[in-house]
Amino acid sequence: MAKIPIQFTVNGEPREMMVEPAWTLLRTLRDELLLTGTKEGCSNGNCGACTVLVEGRSVNSCLVLAPEADGLEVTTVEGIARNGKLSHVQEAFVQEGGLQCGFCTPGFIISATALLRRNPNPTEEEIRLNLAGNLCRCTGYDKIIKAVMRASAAMASGGAPAT
Amino acid sequence: MAGFKYAAPRELDEALQLMASAQQPRPLAGGTDIVDQLKTGRRTADLVIEMKRIPQMQRFDVEADGLHIGAARSCTDIRSHPEVPARYAALYEAAGLIGSVQIQNRAALGGNICNAAPSADTAPALLVLDARAVVASSKGARLVELDRFFKGPGQTILEKGELLTGIFVPTPAARSASTYLRFIPRNEMDIAIAGVGCYLEIESSGLVKRARIALAAVAPTPIRARIAELALEGREISDALIEAAAEAAVSAARPISDVRGSAEYRKDLVRVLTRRTLQACVQRINAGERAS
Repeated sequence: MAKIPIQFTVNGEPREMMVEPAWTLLRTLRDELLLTGTKEGCSNGNCGACTVLVEGRSVNSCLVLAPEADGLEVTTVEGIARNGKLSHVQEAFVQEGGLQCGFCTPGFIISATALLRRNPNPTEEEIRLNLAGNLCRCTGYDKIIKAVMRASAAMASGGAPAT
Repeated sequence: MAGFKYAAPRELDEALQLMASAQQPRPLAGGTDIVDQLKTGRRTADLVIEMKRIPQMQRFDVEADGLHIGAARSCTDIRSHPEVPARYAALYEAAGLIGSVQIQNRAALGGNICNAAPSADTAPALLVLDARAVVASSKGARLVELDRFFKGPGQTILEKGELLTGIFVPTPAARSASTYLRFIPRNEMDIAIAGVGCYLEIESSGLVKRARIALAAVAPTPIRARIAELALEGREISDALIEAAAEAAVSAARPISDVRGSAEYRKDLVRVLTRRTLQACVQRINAGERAS
């Protein structure tokens, strides 16, 4: 099928490219823009490994068609650290050991970042509810929850956040 | 995904022309159902038409006559609107139960209705709120009672060239309340084994003026349980009356047995959920009376 042009912003950088209508945003990010931090897991919106921000809202990029991104702002895990400095969320995942194999981690970082921007001081229950769209088969989730609580506390104590 | 063309019209007229001219057009709003269906081949398309850039599809107005929501509005949009939680509680609750945060950020009200899953969570909520589907074609617009919109699993009354542009929900009466409850093995990311929506209007004397009860995942389409509504209307609200209505609701259910639950299990859930939704509405109406 003939490609069509789109213009969008990825991690703050304007992009112009040709996409096939049937490409997903996930495929476009990974295979065309080589932003391979975003992972493909289930491909049907259950696992959350492909989570990115579109216009500041977390979405499953496997369920977004590339042409839908035309004119929109997309943030991937590569856009979370700023100037080589990890964000509070990323730093907290490292400190708490909130990962093992790491495949789900970019999706969790995005979902946790979206949650803390909306609600900087969530309860454990709110964290678990908001991360329900991200699956992890290694950690048993507890260290991930602790990481998000640590990030929340770090933000509250006023450390300079990267994002 | 098989090859298809893509259009993102900015005017409703253009979208309607495209709907009428393509062999197999598929409207796309949130994409959480249709993109997966196109991937797996459950639905096919020669043209995917994005609805999100059309102003009518993004309407969100609370007016004196009721709530006007464009078909492309997401669950998160519904959850974020300050007027929705109190007045349209059943819809607010249903929109917060669908999928995950990621899914709610994308999944559109119009898509949940047009996908016509028997388990669609917003359907019972909208049915008990007496919602109408706003349907447009090149011939003009028509309002369809939502109760008449569903034909079967995945099937609606929409004809070739027609588009669902929005949902209209009339302003609920005074001394009324609504709620939606569903049962699933976990709290998120699953599909209802059974769901029950309820709207209740009670006079200050305690007589039930109006009752609407709707069921999800226990018939080929979301359905009203009219026999249960009739059991309530004109009678004085009581625990015994609620129990009788819950029993009546079971007789309206025509569930199948599948991987999520047996038919008997689903019927029992209808009884329990109907009782709980009615109790919740009564409590809300009483609380509202105390507050005013």
